[in-house]
Amino acid sequence: MDSLQQRSSTVQEPPGAVPAYRPTPPPAWQPRTDPAPLLPEAEPLRVLGTDAVADADPALLLRLYAELIRGRRYNTQATALTKQGRLAVYPSTTGQEACEIAAALALEERDWLFPSYRDTLAAVARGLDPVQALTLLRGDWHTGYDPHEHRIAPLCTPLATQLPHAVGLAHAARLKGDDVVALAMVGDGGTSEGDFHEALNFAAVWQAPVVFLVQNNGFAISVPLAKQTAAPSLAHKAVGYGMPGRLVDGNDAVAVHQVLTEAVARARRGGGPTLVEAVTYRIDAHTNADDATRYRAAGEVEAWRAHDPILLLERELTERGLLDEDGRRAAAEAAETMAAELRERMNADPVLDPMELFSHVYAEQTTQLREQAAQLRAELEAEGEA
Amino acid sequence: MTTATTGTAAAKAGGNAAKPKPATMAQALQRAMRDAMAEDPTVHVMGEDVGTLGGVFRVTDGLAKEFGEDRCTDTPLAEAGILGAAVGMAMYGLRPVVEMQFDAFAYPAFEQLLSHVAKMRNRTRGAMPMPIVIRVPYGGGIGGVEHHSDSSEAYYMATPGLHVVTPATVEDAYGLLRAAIASDDPVVFLEPKRLYWSKSDWSPEAPAPVEPIGKAVVRRRGTGATLITYGPSVPVCLEAAEAAQAEGWDLEVVDLRSLVPFDDETVCASVRRTGRAVVVHESTGFGGPGAEIAARVTERCFHHLEAPVLRVAGFDIPYPPPMLERHHLPGVDRVLDAVARLQWEAGS
Ligand SMILES: Cc1ncc(C[n+]2csc(CCOP(=O)(O)OP(=O)(O)O)c2C)c(N)n1
Repeated sequence: MDSLQQRSSTVQEPPGAVPAYRPTPPPAWQPRTDPAPLLPEAEPLRVLGTDAVADADPALLLRLYAELIRGRRYNTQATALTKQGRLAVYPSTTGQEACEIAAALALEERDWLFPSYRDTLAAVARGLDPVQALTLLRGDWHTGYDPHEHRIAPLCTPLATQLPHAVGLAHAARLKGDDVVALAMVGDGGTSEGDFHEALNFAAVWQAPVVFLVQNNGFAISVPLAKQTAAPSLAHKAVGYGMPGRLVDGNDAVAVHQVLTEAVARARRGGGPTLVEAVTYRIDAHTNADDATRYRAAGEVEAWRAHDPILLLERELTERGLLDEDGRRAAAEAAETMAAELRERMNADPVLDPMELFSHVYAEQTTQLREQAAQLRAELEAEGEA
Repeated sequence: MTTATTGTAAAKAGGNAAKPKPATMAQALQRAMRDAMAEDPTVHVMGEDVGTLGGVFRVTDGLAKEFGEDRCTDTPLAEAGILGAAVGMAMYGLRPVVEMQFDAFAYPAFEQLLSHVAKMRNRTRGAMPMPIVIRVPYGGGIGGVEHHSDSSEAYYMATPGLHVVTPATVEDAYGLLRAAIASDDPVVFLEPKRLYWSKSDWSPEAPAPVEPIGKAVVRRRGTGATLITYGPSVPVCLEAAEAAQAEGWDLEVVDLRSLVPFDDETVCASVRRTGRAVVVHESTGFGGPGAEIAARVTERCFHHLEAPVLRVAGFDIPYPPPMLERHHLPGVDRVLDAVARLQWEAGS
């Protein structure tokens, strides 16, 4: 306004003529952050089979190997338990063990894990009792463990809703001055949910110490990634929130461990959240209740079998002379012992107390619940007498 | 901090603590959060515009200034994110007090509310309580445009694991919000928008004793019939009771204060005394809170009832545009009509 008036007083205009309108430029606009460093790798990062693997710690490689073998056995055992009716449902992670395990092992004990229903393996790798990890899927209670004990939030069934919890917990820890990091896991389908978006946005705005791990296993039940998103990659989504996106080969346990360790360290030192996309494949069906042949070709599955996370690591260990037949047998035997114990414990019928239905609704039972508890107690007594 | 607007400072300014200046419900709510935050460093207030602005109704006025932005936080604009983050904060030992800007804007957060806030204690067999307060300005009568006047209490009431509380007086606004923040369970705290500016000679120096959540109160004694009501309809019922007096009807008014847990005892004791009952609320009648209340009263007091339990509710319509809302909201006349219908004789 002022500049226009000034101009009209200095520029000679013929009397009566309307001064020409000169648009004023908008105030200078700058992007808040240079997006380039936030962009993910052009291709999923790999370590196994590249020169970079020479830097990997042999002890870590062996640990990952033993855990992958155990994880695979856990998957086959749990799947068998569904066939025997011991588990209501089991979403297998066969083929995905590398992301599950390497991610969990990147955490310190004081950190928190926010798993989805599929991530029993990550919880077990973190030290959770294999039977307790299955209570949700067995149906004897929703969560079979005290989340505070292992710092593992309840396995979450509604997609992506655990992600804002991870943000809130990490934020609270930081407010308290604790250097705790939260790792939140989600599937590729879950990235379409609003909660995914809200969690990433909150985390970036609050600079919360959270690592988001998307296990892109190709499908949300039957729907392929191409019908889920038009983004160049799921890792690219990070840039829009102002956090780095990382793309990693999810079947390369060493690469996943490396990327996760860096992201966790970054979060711990106050660098804020990271979104990691691990590209992997779900070898089994979505759950035992799903028929995967309806939506994918056998050839696709076979191609991924050739890129199996255990094969990749085994090849490296063998070439380096870190693993021989004895080592393989030892790992297989340890896994077998775990499976036998799991079988045995899962074959025992859980003892449930129906009165517990009313125990954990409120801190204190309401009158209404007390009346209903009395009704059930009477029914149980009558049943007992009959 | 703008203590000048609170009851305390107003009382001090008057120089006479015994004769406090009137305080509004909004001020009493602010004072409740302020006192809770001062006493307990784990209490965090968060939501849209709650910080610098002090909330669109100014209920969080001054909290960010007094306690800092980490304790009273302007969040990104995302209700599911706000409540979801509050869940994680509660997991880590904080007591979040979340503001949903308006009733109908809380709906994006329902997934978090129903699946996690309400169930986390249950899912974890008591290991993870959720001491979260969700403050929701609700109801009509302020001329708000679409989506600013919903009465959403029935949705909350139908969700096990939540407490649902709504004050009708300035004193209760303070006392109930303190109780809600102290509760180890999630509380949906419904704030009747049109009572935000209602006043009372309330002094935070001597706040009314805080009843535990779950206690109804008899606001007016009477013998002829009981008006069972809560929140914004309490003043309507009290006015109706005064008007009814002229017609020779002596009405009792019960203010529920808490919808969950429900105080059957106080309600049924009153109905047994009077033998007649009308439930009054502005939320819709079909499948609404009154349906539950009438059923409970009938189940428990059938032999004492002289007439069917009646309901006076909002129409079963989406909340109307402001210029028509007076036709929707149950007013004194509709309450009196119902009371007239209660003079019912079997077989007639
Ligand atoms: C909010 C919500 N909607 C729908 C479902 C039902 N559901 C369970 S798993 C699933 C697919 C999830 O796919 P993805 O996120 O890729 O994870 P994955 O199962 O592959 O690990 C769906 C639709 C759900 N659990 N939660």
